[in-house]
Amino acid sequence: MGILINKDTRVLVQGITGHEGSLQTEQMIDFGTNIVGGVSPGKRGLEVQGKPVFDSVKEALGETDVDASIIFIPPKFAADGIFEAIDNGIELIICITEGIPVHDMMRVWAYLKTSSSRLLGPNCPGITAPGASKIGIMPNPIHMPGNVGVVSRSGTLTYEIVDTLSKNGIGQSTSVGIGGDPVNGTSFVDVLELFEEDPETHAVVLVGEIGGTAEEDSIEFIKKMSKPVISYIVGVSAPPGKTMGHAGAIISMGVGTALEKIQAFEKAGITVAKSPSEIVCHVKSIM
Amino acid sequence: MKLYEYEAKDIFSKYNIPIPQSSLVSDIYSACEAARKMREVVIKAQVHTGGRGKAGGIARASGPLEAKSSAKRILGMSIKGFPVKKVLIEEYREAIKEMYLGITIDRKAKCPVIMASLEGGIDIEDIARNSPEKITMARIHPLAGLHEYQARMIANSLDRNKIPELVDIIKKMYRMFIDNDCQLVEINPLAQTKDGIIALDAKMVIDDNALFRQDFLEEETGSLEDIARKNGMSYVGLDGDIGCIVNGAGLAMATLDMVKHYGGSPANFMDVRAGANEEQIKKALEIVSSGKNVKSIIINIFGGLTKCDEAARGIIDIFPELKIPLVIRLSGTNETEGRAMLEKHGIHLAASTEEAAKGVVELGNSN
Repeated sequence: MGILINKDTRVLVQGITGHEGSLQTEQMIDFGTNIVGGVSPGKRGLEVQGKPVFDSVKEALGETDVDASIIFIPPKFAADGIFEAIDNGIELIICITEGIPVHDMMRVWAYLKTSSSRLLGPNCPGITAPGASKIGIMPNPIHMPGNVGVVSRSGTLTYEIVDTLSKNGIGQSTSVGIGGDPVNGTSFVDVLELFEEDPETHAVVLVGEIGGTAEEDSIEFIKKMSKPVISYIVGVSAPPGKTMGHAGAIISMGVGTALEKIQAFEKAGITVAKSPSEIVCHVKSIM
Repeated sequence: MKLYEYEAKDIFSKYNIPIPQSSLVSDIYSACEAARKMREVVIKAQVHTGGRGKAGGIARASGPLEAKSSAKRILGMSIKGFPVKKVLIEEYREAIKEMYLGITIDRKAKCPVIMASLEGGIDIEDIARNSPEKITMARIHPLAGLHEYQARMIANSLDRNKIPELVDIIKKMYRMFIDNDCQLVEINPLAQTKDGIIALDAKMVIDDNALFRQDFLEEETGSLEDIARKNGMSYVGLDGDIGCIVNGAGLAMATLDMVKHYGGSPANFMDVRAGANEEQIKKALEIVSSGKNVKSIIINIFGGLTKCDEAARGIIDIFPELKIPLVIRLSGTNETEGRAMLEKHGIHLAASTEEAAKGVVELGNSN
């Protein structure tokens, strides 16, 4: 069944009337996601992909139950959308938006900690449980149900890895993108804890990249896990002080190089693959 | 976005953080004029890189003539590839003691952190690495803001006899950090002089994601980085000869790593971003192919929002003009259409990222 979501998860789309919001709503419905409606201030009464649009999250909650919300709101207003979801007690908030100011995200994080909501992202591709539900933007055809959990800081690289796994007959329990921003809501450890508890997940693929210490911070937990973890860390060729596409992918003050992360993992006895095809080899050898 | 020292100091002065008197000049005559008004001056190259002192980009001068000759030398310099176009002529202030004061974002704690050290004037990275116990830190709750006691604690770690003066600077600095959406504000050195505490250097980095609500104007340098950014893409120049175009930052880094793994050397990082269309792919090819030393190009698209047929169209548009060989990998949305279009034009396609990386490296070896 995987983690965090299942086929019954009722999903609200914040920013449903925008170009991306409406396009991705269609894709999610095709995947089988239970979309119950959307929010777009001032657009009450409209329908997008046959789903009702509400003026606010509160108004939507008056009409339907919601378990999770996905946010496609432009960066200027995205933090406000997250606050609105938190204030309305949405359990799982998934923010796709890229480009939210980091000061906004620090305030969101401080607020989030006082609530019971979980935030995935921002700047992430969301979460997919093959055969059950998808709350995010990963391409539909790449997934295959199975027993490998995937957790990654990236978007297209996650697609590449999930696709490679599927083409090699390795299905996934759940694929999770935690996002490429410096301040995000869910960490590697948070997801690893869920995979460790999940009976459907037999092994985990962790995809990291330069910047920060999120990978290193997960080492202690990985060492305690009963399930094997295969890692893959990119950005060996990244120069210091330059942002490599993702706002969080930057080696700053000498911290966050790929080499440091790879060495720390290897020192802790965690398998580090050098390419997507090597991930497949490692996973096949343990399953 | 990095600010120049003079830009940061302009903001410092708006917040009444003490800085030396100075003038920004871009020619030697103005340098001479500016120095005439001050007794002893420091001439400082305005460049977006550290280590300018070691590179000879800072000089002391007494009198306008000496200032003029130093300005002449520094204005002709290039520091780590950055030509010096402007210098700051600043009154010299003798430091009795040099300290470090900075505010940045603690990614792990997800909040601002104030850092202070008595080891001013040298690189904070070196202090952090070699003697982290010499740094005093205070993490600030983003919703509560800076507490008085935290400012006092930081001040106390720097100089017990100057607490009110230091607390005042720390509070103003924090306000400045928040108001301007900073990723970093740094005073190094923060100097104690006979006339009080003063910021001798100033460094500010603004969050690019917040520029929509800030007034900073990005400098037009005409660099490939700038051109890419204006087109909604992200480009970083590197030293090698293999141009790289990829959709998505993670996949782009993975592609670069694989090129390196097979013995090649990437000329650039380029993330064309999700949903890139025909025009953007074409633009990306123009930008990457104009990088110096680029001898071949790898294009790696995993279509999600980006459609492979659109990418193929962009490649075909510019293909006849390109004098550089391409190795292409297309996968994902509309892959079959995209591949067929390229094959019709005799463009060879690789089946995976690895095959493409290997192919582009072999291309270089056979030349």
